[in-house]
Amino acid sequence: MREFRYERAADPAAAVALLAAAPDGAFLGGGTNLVDLMKLGVATPDVLVDVRELTSREVADLPDGGLRIGAGVPNADLAADRRVRERFPVLAQALLAGASGQLRNRATTGGNLLQRTRCGYFTDVTKPCNKRSPGSGCGALEGVHRNHAILGQTIAGSDDPATCVTTHPSDMAVAMVALDAVVRVLGPDGEREIPIAELHRLPGSDPSRDTTLRHGELVTAIDVPALGMPSRYRKVRDRASFAFALVSVAAALDVRDGVVRDVRLALGGVAHKPWRASAAEYVLRGMPATEASFAAAVESELEAATPLRDNAFKVPMARNVVVRTLLDLAGRDTERELA
Amino acid sequence: MDSQITLRVDGAAHPLAVDTRTTLLDALRERLRITSPKKGCDHGQCGACTVLLDGRRVNSCLVLAVTVGDAEVTTSDGLAVDDVPHALHRSFVEHDAFQCGYCTPGQVCSAAGILAEARAGWPSAVTPDVAADTVELTDDEIRERMSGNLCRCAAYANIVPAVADVARAEGVRR
Amino acid sequence: MTTMDRLVGAGVDRIDGPAKVRGTAPYAYEQDPGEPIAHLAVVQSTVNRGRISRLDPSRAEALPGVLAVLTPANAPRLGKGLASDLPVLQSLDVHYQGQVVAAVVAETSEIAKAAVGAIAVGYDAEPPDVALSPDREDLYAPEKLMAGFATDSIIGDVDGALAAAVVSIDATYETPTQHHNPIEMHTSMARWDGDSLTLWDADQGPHNIVNDLVTGFGLDAGQVRVISPYVGGAFGSKAFTHPNQMLAAMAARVVGRTVVYELTRQQMFSLVGHRTPTIQRLRLGADPEGRLTAISHEVVEHTARIAEFAEQTATPTRVLYAAPHRRTTHRLARLDVPPPTIMRAPGETPGMFALESAMDELAVVLGLDPVELRIRNEPERDPERDLPWSTRNLVECLRTGAERFGWAGRDLRPGVRTEGRWLVGTGVASATYPTRRRKAQCRISVDGAGRYVVEIDGSDIGTGAWTALTQIAADALGTDMASVELRIGDSRLPFAGGAGGSTGLASWGTAIVFTARDLRKQLDEQHGGQPPAGGLSVDGELPGESPHAKTHSMHAYGAHFVEVRVDRDSGEVRVPRATSVYDAGTIVNAKTARSQLLGGFSMGVSMALHEGSVTDERYGHYVNHDLAEYHVATNADIGEIDISWLDVDDQLANPIGLKGIGEIGITGAAAAVANAYWHATRLRIRDLPITPDKYFRELGES
Repeated sequence: MREFRYERAADPAAAVALLAAAPDGAFLGGGTNLVDLMKLGVATPDVLVDVRELTSREVADLPDGGLRIGAGVPNADLAADRRVRERFPVLAQALLAGASGQLRNRATTGGNLLQRTRCGYFTDVTKPCNKRSPGSGCGALEGVHRNHAILGQTIAGSDDPATCVTTHPSDMAVAMVALDAVVRVLGPDGEREIPIAELHRLPGSDPSRDTTLRHGELVTAIDVPALGMPSRYRKVRDRASFAFALVSVAAALDVRDGVVRDVRLALGGVAHKPWRASAAEYVLRGMPATEASFAAAVESELEAATPLRDNAFKVPMARNVVVRTLLDLAGRDTERELA
Repeated sequence: MDSQITLRVDGAAHPLAVDTRTTLLDALRERLRITSPKKGCDHGQCGACTVLLDGRRVNSCLVLAVTVGDAEVTTSDGLAVDDVPHALHRSFVEHDAFQCGYCTPGQVCSAAGILAEARAGWPSAVTPDVAADTVELTDDEIRERMSGNLCRCAAYANIVPAVADVARAEGVRR
Repeated sequence: MTTMDRLVGAGVDRIDGPAKVRGTAPYAYEQDPGEPIAHLAVVQSTVNRGRISRLDPSRAEALPGVLAVLTPANAPRLGKGLASDLPVLQSLDVHYQGQVVAAVVAETSEIAKAAVGAIAVGYDAEPPDVALSPDREDLYAPEKLMAGFATDSIIGDVDGALAAAVVSIDATYETPTQHHNPIEMHTSMARWDGDSLTLWDADQGPHNIVNDLVTGFGLDAGQVRVISPYVGGAFGSKAFTHPNQMLAAMAARVVGRTVVYELTRQQMFSLVGHRTPTIQRLRLGADPEGRLTAISHEVVEHTARIAEFAEQTATPTRVLYAAPHRRTTHRLARLDVPPPTIMRAPGETPGMFALESAMDELAVVLGLDPVELRIRNEPERDPERDLPWSTRNLVECLRTGAERFGWAGRDLRPGVRTEGRWLVGTGVASATYPTRRRKAQCRISVDGAGRYVVEIDGSDIGTGAWTALTQIAADALGTDMASVELRIGDSRLPFAGGAGGSTGLASWGTAIVFTARDLRKQLDEQHGGQPPAGGLSVDGELPGESPHAKTHSMHAYGAHFVEVRVDRDSGEVRVPRATSVYDAGTIVNAKTARSQLLGGFSMGVSMALHEGSVTDERYGHYVNHDLAEYHVATNADIGEIDISWLDVDDQLANPIGLKGIGEIGITGAAAAVANAYWHATRLRIRDLPITPDKYFRELGES
């Protein structure tokens, strides 16, 4: 681990000022991802500005029935918050599906959003990775990528500096995307609000950037607007617990008289960012809440999939799990024979 | 870059100089030679280093020592009061809830953590209704909540009843 | 059983338990060497094959707190005769990725690890050759297999019998590279006092380590002491010396103070061995009633260029079932990989996955209950050695297990049971593991007050040996456990081989029994049955294998019954319940033995569903080299497991009548899971692990 200076600040503005003056510095939240990456040599900050106790640890009610979640709220506390559990079960379930009890106790809401990918080439400094080491190539494209992205990758050859096929690891962020959360940010130029769909980005031509945040910008809170419909999170992973998603689904569904009035759908484990299934949502609104509608909707979303050599299974897996989750939300349980 | 801190561990205060890079786990094991918490992966992937930090279970390998401040660190050894073993200690021995014993202090701290979390009504990934007022530590609940602690000897099927007995005594299991 | 039925058999709590649950039992890193400890970190090669062309330690050497940087240019020369990858830093040649090419010793672990990053290394490298395939032209037959087994065995006309068989199976099974990953990482702490070396070490037997240190550092055996009273799991990776012991001792000599080297988890994937991947072709021929006429089990696996390790994968096929025509073969590819080593039930673990899966496939073709198929092929004698069994109760294990599990009335048809979204199935497989024992020496002393000290360099890697040996000693001495102080895990103690091959209690326990008999005889004959005031000390020895080992075939057996559930939407797999019944001879400690059997079986479930080190053939490395990506079973992956054993003993094996229990539990377990998976889904997965993606592959959807 590179040597670094450790700083605490009096308030968020001071923390932002400290980091703005340290181009190689980083904010430290719970540290569950950053300290891990520092030990691996993947992250090499020379200054850490500790914001864990600086940002709010409160969950406050918003007038519309939504919540303002301080960036410093530990994941465990957020999952346990009664209002979250009652109003946004998808968020509680997503949090509880992530990591372990110990990690959730330490990880913060702000930090969770900014988790970095778990790609084995990213976390190994001896191997090529455009995200970690821009221009070094992508080890995963033709390498080990069973658990990589099927949507929105940049596929331009292993040696191309734009290539990146990895996924975003957060469960919570998938729920937040489905919930149309708004990320509140304090930066050197003041405050701004970022709709969460605009926070995480696809690799595009610059895989090194996970988000649209600028250096020195500090996530201070996340606003989750009222939802008003049943929701749930379903995660598929290689083992029963304590593993990153192969595919996950955050869904909310409003069915009236057998017709889908509103739907929110986001997928995890399939792209460089939490994937809002806007096409599926569009197709589904106004359709009967049937298995056939759900299947047609998710298939319209997955038409854009460009699976890699070894991860095509994620397409039928995502399709099945989305359909099942929507059926559960619709209160239906259509038995389906094994194909 | 060295930093002077005082760690409060199992009821005793320990002033010491640490590198800013020093984790709580290394401060305990390497500097203070408090070796109840174990190093199994150093990346938050196994749970052997689990301690209670102000009563909450955390992976001490991912906590930088300089960030700990006044928080009280409790190790499995520190759960014994006046050298009297904790109920979890006795239950783990009685149920043979370990083999090599290396992951065990972390398992015990994690178990203490989940008992408190259950008392507080916290749901888990297997709780059918996350909005329920209370939670009962069924076998499946224990399995899920203890899954942040890997046991390569695979004493899992003994850890579950070891925790269940104490949960019953504490009223978070029928 | 004859005389020892008092403590042996009882489910006594572990005597090391209270310290272990509190975390006060000192593992290697936690021992007190009596002086400040310096820390070692290593630079590892990033290529698989080649030669170091450039290595500049100067930036690291200049860092404050760095005490020394060891490189091939300046490292102390080690003695000739070290095998495999033990000549650490003795050459510029690189043989596998992850090989240690430099080591930093520093005041703190943070400084040492940071200094590693300041060392620039260049290589003249060749592309890695790491891909195992049955089509390689350089496959070769090793002279012999691990543990001395013959490479091939051929009886009768196998091809003719297969061609003539009314019913046959021809299938290829694959198991991936696996890593042991004990939760305690390999750790060695070395201190020199003059020319005497003390090594606090995580290993499976101090005496296993001493010889390499003697050879490497040109010492007498009396100048080396290895201390390992508590070991945080091992599973084979800690059986033999690895680079860590050599490095710690080398570095301590260079800096003149105690040095500790604790591997990182990532280094556990390159420096301490692994289980070879296997590709196994199984062919079975049978008559319409399911009686095997031919068995052919052909194994392809890998070894390292610098060390031959030939896993005895097909050896269980030599003993498990009767058939007149039979063949087992093993072929190796020498690859640019780290040296493979033993891992829990080497041979049986991968081999039984293939054999017991094939038996299930044969039962399907025959339309026969797979339990019944196994019973119909029960051999009266060892089918290849043509010897009587010492004891063999596989059929009773199968029948008892079927009863306990509720197997009767099982619908043979696959893919027809559902519970909600789960597809439900059940499966069975046999288990077997050889019963052996090894040379061991023991010293028992008694003082005037009748307190005994039992000394033997046995090892407790989690097996329960601390407790079980104390039980054996107390019974053999006719006293209670509180009157016996056991000393193990120190090379200064009388010789014993390490924990491995399920031989621990058979060897150490028998040595204790023999020595106790001598002691009691001396007490009776010379001291009127009372300990003399000045005490008495007796040395005893177990020479080695059982005198009946040449005339009888000795094995432990078992049967696993497993329920598997597969989510038909996602392909997720769960094992909610299982029953295992064992013929393992005398059970010394009912509590710790159950844990061993439980742990072995659970590791088999982990193997079936999760484990596999994934190689990138371009870069030649294991991509998933940590515990987040190399999945082992979590608590939530293990369901209800019913463990029991038959009330039998094997007096031909050893006077205690035990057969060894450390490995039998994992053998066959993965096949039972795969067979149940087929029964649930009608999908046959022949390449482990059974991850959810393979569900879609087999359905033809990916």
